[in-house]
Amino acid sequence: MNRFERQYILPGFGQASQQKLLDAKVLVVGAGGLGCPALLYLSAAGIGTIGIVDGDHVSVSNLNRQVLFGHEDLGKNKASTATKIISAKYPDLKINVISEFLRTDNILSILQEYDLIVDGSDNFPTRYLVNDACVLLGKPLVFGAIYQNEGQVAIFNTKGKTSANYRDIYPVAPAPEEVPNCNETGVLGVLPGTIGTMMANETIKLLTGYGETLSDKMLFYNLLNHASYQVELSKNPDSEKHRPQSAEALLQMDYSDFCGFSSQINWQEATTLLKTKDQSILIDVRAADELPQLVSLEFTRIALDQIEVRKNELSTYQNVLLFCQTGIRSLKAAKILQRQFRDKNILSIEGGILKYYGDLE
Amino acid sequence: MKILAFGKIVELLGKTELELDNMPNTDILLGFLQQQYPELKNMKFSLAVNKKQVTGNTEIPQGAEVALLPPFSGG
Repeated sequence: MNRFERQYILPGFGQASQQKLLDAKVLVVGAGGLGCPALLYLSAAGIGTIGIVDGDHVSVSNLNRQVLFGHEDLGKNKASTATKIISAKYPDLKINVISEFLRTDNILSILQEYDLIVDGSDNFPTRYLVNDACVLLGKPLVFGAIYQNEGQVAIFNTKGKTSANYRDIYPVAPAPEEVPNCNETGVLGVLPGTIGTMMANETIKLLTGYGETLSDKMLFYNLLNHASYQVELSKNPDSEKHRPQSAEALLQMDYSDFCGFSSQINWQEATTLLKTKDQSILIDVRAADELPQLVSLEFTRIALDQIEVRKNELSTYQNVLLFCQTGIRSLKAAKILQRQFRDKNILSIEGGILKYYGDLE
Repeated sequence: MKILAFGKIVELLGKTELELDNMPNTDILLGFLQQQYPELKNMKFSLAVNKKQVTGNTEIPQGAEVALLPPFSGG
């Protein structure tokens, strides 16, 4: 009796398809709401080599949908935790852990090792970065994304230059005001569960040639009424000029900036966010001797030049609020941290501490 | 013709479907929609006519179905 018998006895699947899964190397980007179910089904199906890339840490608000993780995993890196779980279930599979975020300077060497990329990330900068790298390397990309009660699934790049990629349908990322912050949108865990499982399904079908895939198509699915809508994608002549045409050009692109995460809030909004103490932290990025000191709110001091080194102290918080004297250094700190923590709400407080006390003077 | 909305566009339109007449091409349709729903001007989305994604100004056949498809980023 073989672990995969129930799938290879399927008419049209067979041992040859099972061997293709075993020989395949699949990289899953993001071990989050989409990545967790995708990883569970890809590993159960017997994909021989699976890479898991995620620089994020498990926080309590992830647990309604990131079903690999539980309370004992809070604060731990998602990629390494997922790797431990999957490796323990199926010790014969090769699971590679990459416990950092994809960046312009590491993505090409990481993706190069795999036959197929599954994008389960949760933000536009990563989605455009992964798309552009897949086009440059000629790697098929299984794409999935969600918004409230709806999901999208597609496969890009299966037929080289004639295939559609993400920029053919969306040439450039939306402007900041169009993008809801991930902490502002609710989600039932079953939606990424459904979409992530569909992504695993597309991956298995594409690798084995079983059934029909969503290659050059995008499927829209609505959780509320099960409505689904399939659109045939086409090449968009306008998209090429937005895409880096070489590894060097990709390295030069600033993905974190071009869809401009909105980075600033005022003190009133900050005070409201800080009421959820286990999820929010206030940081003074000034040097210790700078005046005035903040006395009426609880805060942690991490000077701007320390922010990169001490970033792990922030890993369990969903909202990181930064202030300085006037709001300039805190904005720089926010930009640095946004590159490190893609799914956190990282905000600089406008006007800094002078604004806070300004009303009193 | 039937207009189908997805994602955030449903919130802007207040409904998932619209029935419209006399929209011979996508430019005229978009102009009309942007006039009715000014917030659409600030949104990036793709269009499909009869389930085929289109780029640039495209003729809309009689009785066609046009989908307004915004990008999703969540995961």
